[in-house]
Amino acid sequence: MKTSYRRKQATSNVLAHILLVIISIIWLFPFVGLVLTSFRSFDPKVEYGGMVDYLIPKTFSLDNYRFLFSGQTNFLRWYLNTIIIAVFVSLFQTIVVLCVSYALSRMRFVGRTFLMRFWLILGMFPGFLTMICLYFLLKQFGLTQAGAVPGLILVAVASSGMGYYVCKGYFDTIPKALDEAARIDGATRARVFFTMTIPMSKPIIIYTALVAFMAPWCDYVFASYVAFGHDESYNVAVAMTRWVWTNDYQAYFTRFCAGGILVAVPVTILFMCLQKYYVEGVTGGAVKG
Amino acid sequence: MGDRVKNTFAPIGFAVTKGDWKTKISLVILGFGQLLRGQIIKGLSFLLIEIGFIVYLVSFGAKYFAKLGTLGTVATQKVGRKTVYGDNSFLILLFGILTLFVIAAFLLVWYLNIKDNMEAEELLKKGKQLPSNKAVFASLFDKHFDKTLLALPVTGIFVFTVLPILFMICVAFTNYDKNHQAPTNLFTWVGFDNFNRLLSFGSSGIGRTFVQVLAWTLVWALFATFIDYFLGLAVAMLINKKGVRCKQLWRTILVLTIAVPQFVSLLYIMKFFANDGLLNGYLLKWGVISSPIQFWVNPTLARITIIVVNIWIGIPYMMLIATGLLMNIPEDLYESARIDGANGWQMFRSITLPYILFITGPFLLTQFTNNLNNFNVIYLLTQGKPQSMSLKENAGSTDLLVTWLYKMTVNDTNYCMAAVIGIMVFIVTAVVSLVVYNSLPSVKDEEGFQ
Repeated sequence: MKTSYRRKQATSNVLAHILLVIISIIWLFPFVGLVLTSFRSFDPKVEYGGMVDYLIPKTFSLDNYRFLFSGQTNFLRWYLNTIIIAVFVSLFQTIVVLCVSYALSRMRFVGRTFLMRFWLILGMFPGFLTMICLYFLLKQFGLTQAGAVPGLILVAVASSGMGYYVCKGYFDTIPKALDEAARIDGATRARVFFTMTIPMSKPIIIYTALVAFMAPWCDYVFASYVAFGHDESYNVAVAMTRWVWTNDYQAYFTRFCAGGILVAVPVTILFMCLQKYYVEGVTGGAVKG
Repeated sequence: MGDRVKNTFAPIGFAVTKGDWKTKISLVILGFGQLLRGQIIKGLSFLLIEIGFIVYLVSFGAKYFAKLGTLGTVATQKVGRKTVYGDNSFLILLFGILTLFVIAAFLLVWYLNIKDNMEAEELLKKGKQLPSNKAVFASLFDKHFDKTLLALPVTGIFVFTVLPILFMICVAFTNYDKNHQAPTNLFTWVGFDNFNRLLSFGSSGIGRTFVQVLAWTLVWALFATFIDYFLGLAVAMLINKKGVRCKQLWRTILVLTIAVPQFVSLLYIMKFFANDGLLNGYLLKWGVISSPIQFWVNPTLARITIIVVNIWIGIPYMMLIATGLLMNIPEDLYESARIDGANGWQMFRSITLPYILFITGPFLLTQFTNNLNNFNVIYLLTQGKPQSMSLKENAGSTDLLVTWLYKMTVNDTNYCMAAVIGIMVFIVTAVVSLVVYNSLPSVKDEEGFQ
């Protein structure tokens, strides 16, 4: 009886591992393909740079990477743009979210519930609805085309207060008694916020900053609209998406893969290092809704 | 209710009838009372707001506000070789709305000013001291810290979210399309014409297209949400299973999908499934098929492929959430079930699933509404294609309402129709949220599982 149970356990474990290996292969496949394709040369003398029917390149070359760094395109500029946007958005958005979350979690003021409901309803409008209006507003300040980078930062930061849910949920779990104790000792609200709440919120600060940092790398829609026609202020997503959608994509496919690797590697490493905080944030957010 | 209204208007009545001369002058010159009573900071702020308001209205707001009813009547004309610009409907609408808000905000400030005057007067009457300038300033970091914290975020949201949304809602009631582009042409109010066109099924209306796109949006959101949810849960349980080794490794592999920017991975996958892509290439080479499978060309196949690819994206996310929750289920529940002779499936049915469903109800709802608006997956994979002759306004077979909206804005500059679609998305999201939220077990019965 006991041995048969054990054998059953053992077979089910083997099955589970086989299943997991299959899942891993499926999940890793696009990334492996991306890496391999990025090492295939686009130089017709060496190999074909378009779509082929084999995965492993016949010759490995760094032609695509050389092309990206050669200055024939603004690749480095696009990369820099994206980093600038990501860093500033991450910084300011975190500050805004912390401020809003503290106010909504700890203070009770007239219009508090109204504000929360109102923002909830606003969030139900699709974001792209307002694109032309935002474009026009930015244009008034000269923040489109040549000035698209600061413009994109401004728009991303301006509306970030509405994304307070996860952070407020975290603040709500910090006992209020701590605040009260400090306030009885004569600390002002501001002092409590800066010297108590913020140091205690390291996980949620890292989570907020990480999510804010990741978003601009994928921002295609609004970025392409605001920077339209001005190559120098594109971000990587806008610039490189063109390489895939152009009619001449056969010439650019391997270059796109190489660029994609250059974008993905640092972002992925950063994410993996901070994964713990990300998991904490999403699980906390999901449970509290 | 009656009392609240009475209390709200009490300061105005007080200022008009019983207030002293300082308060009465404050009805017209804001901050006057505060200044004379020595509250310089408060007084100056009120005064500056009033001056700013008047300057704004006279130099800027009034001329737009006055034309809000017609959105401009003077068209741009060519006189000889020069272009003489007339009214700009876009500016009139935008700044008209802005002015409306500025007026409302000013009325609020005016009211606060009077209330403040009344309170000051009452304090003085009781022989108490008014708070000093320093105290007023310091309160911004203590008692009124919320105002300091929220001032910038609320302003930002107002200018870059509220104002644009209101503007677009108004645009839905105008004829702002490619034939009525500001500043060359005027556009004007047309009432519910656009809504009629969207919901009429005649030859001129686009009702059939709208219903088809809406149906696909709902079907997509349902599939994308629930398939990912249950598969993610299954994968999480698989990794959590006793006896499975390298748990962290499997999780890390899956989480890669979240880490790598979507435009990189999705565009690669899009090419992977293309007619000349890797998958078709291998299948042709091996002789499994004789002509490429039309993953992105055949409407039904395109829809299925999108849902399948979305599983690739959605599972890791759900897996992360489910992993944390599975660990929270007390082990002794399973223990006692096992003693009672329950098998794995029974334990899943009556312990795991109810618990997870109960806890993640709100999460499922947000996932569903996010999927209704899941722009990236659709647009990066198909851009809404394949096109179909039976759909109007350039809608494609895999278009969601939001991608359709995007195409209308960017490709066709049909702003008024895009605005109508946007409102429809809002209505769908709001209705779904309201109905589902109120029937969630975790909302109805908060203590259920504690």
